Amino acid sequence: MLHRFANPSRFMRIAGAVLPWSAAATALLLVAGLYFALFASPPDYQQGETVRIMYVHVPAAWMALFVYTCMAVASATALIWRHPLADLIARSAAPIGAGFTFIALVTGSLWGKPMWGTWWVWDARLTSVLILFFLYLGYIALANAFDDPTRGARAAAILALVGFVNVPIIKFSVDWWNTLHQPASISRFDAPAIDPAMLTPLLLMGLGFTAYFVTVLLLRVKSEVVAAKLRTAQMAQIRG
Amino acid sequence: MIALHLIARDLRLSLRQGSDAATVLMFFVLAVVMFPLGVGPEPNILARISAGVIWVMALFAALLSLERLFLADAEDGSLDQLALTPLPLEFVVLAKVAAHWLTTGLPLLLAAPVLGLLLGMEASGLGVLVLALLLGTPVLSLVGAIGAALTLGARRGGVLLPLLILPLYVPVLIFGVSAIDAAIAGLPPRPHLLILGGLLLAALPLAPWATAAALRQALD
Repeated sequence: MLHRFANPSRFMRIAGAVLPWSAAATALLLVAGLYFALFASPPDYQQGETVRIMYVHVPAAWMALFVYTCMAVASATALIWRHPLADLIARSAAPIGAGFTFIALVTGSLWGKPMWGTWWVWDARLTSVLILFFLYLGYIALANAFDDPTRGARAAAILALVGFVNVPIIKFSVDWWNTLHQPASISRFDAPAIDPAMLTPLLLMGLGFTAYFVTVLLLRVKSEVVAAKLRTAQMAQIRG
Repeated sequence: MIALHLIARDLRLSLRQGSDAATVLMFFVLAVVMFPLGVGPEPNILARISAGVIWVMALFAALLSLERLFLADAEDGSLDQLALTPLPLEFVVLAKVAAHWLTTGLPLLLAAPVLGLLLGMEASGLGVLVLALLLGTPVLSLVGAIGAALTLGARRGGVLLPLLILPLYVPVLIFGVSAIDAAIAGLPPRPHLLILGGLLLAALPLAPWATAAALRQALD
């Protein structure tokens, strides 16, 4: 089953067929999500209009974790079955995940200013997302640090798995640290159950972000495959 | 047996070259001494930040010597030989990590209480500081070995290593510091120390496994 997709030309065919649909889904979901988020949902009774930042912030944070999980699964597949496309998928996913993490951090900071009165607090969630961001950066740096791309991919795959095992431990320790050093009152918002009027845009945006991830990932993997083909052709030409 | 020989060899090398252990220790002491100069000589502030400063500098000091962990052996080809010994590569890694800890972790452990006194750390914290470092620094060596193996042969490996490893050091730092803070505040440091011990027990089998996998990729 897995190896059916190891053939690059079959992958290119499938990716080519999926791409227009996922691109259309991204556009539709994001437009609908933004409409509900910015116009069709009520302002929060406490936070007012700033609550709309949530519709970008929360899905971005979801994606930050989701993409890292995808990277870890792809890396495990690459290491265990030496699956050639899994390497490319893990490497191509990393910058997208780092982008989502960065968006989550920036929107969190922008949201923090009106809510907590400061751009940054050393809140447990913010801190662990910041560390996740550094894990992404380390992965990208390692994957690009070798002259031989396969060696870079292998090393990065091991790092992704080590990081994946560590993420829950880091999260746990940061939570522990936070309750020790800081009153948790500022950042705790235990909104009971979220209002359906707010849940709709949140879910739409979450699906839109996922569709965006699929689209960009397919594009990036396709261009990697093409780049590899080009390299082979150039090498063949040089050998003449 | 081979593992013991390997530890002895690494210790001999480090003693005869007379570099790593002393340099790391000097860096550790000097870096900690920079803090009163930067923050100011007020005893309250220094005592408050002493646990954090000593731990953070211990992380940096451990990182400093990690780049050399496999590099020297890889350059002169002895790593290839070690990979061919009947000893599984995981145990080779464990032996090298043990030697690394003996030459860098142990000196830090001995210097830390003196630095604690210099920064005015309360006496109740000093014993826990040593205990926490005793449990924490082996984890630093173990997890750092993964980074050292991964960056083997990389461009700018020395700069890359901290970027990969520092985020993974966060749990050790947090529980190491909170154990000391708890002892100073009159609370039992035991839970924090137990978690540090747990981290060590988890890292002991898992880190050599990942390191050996990374080394195999590097040797391919």
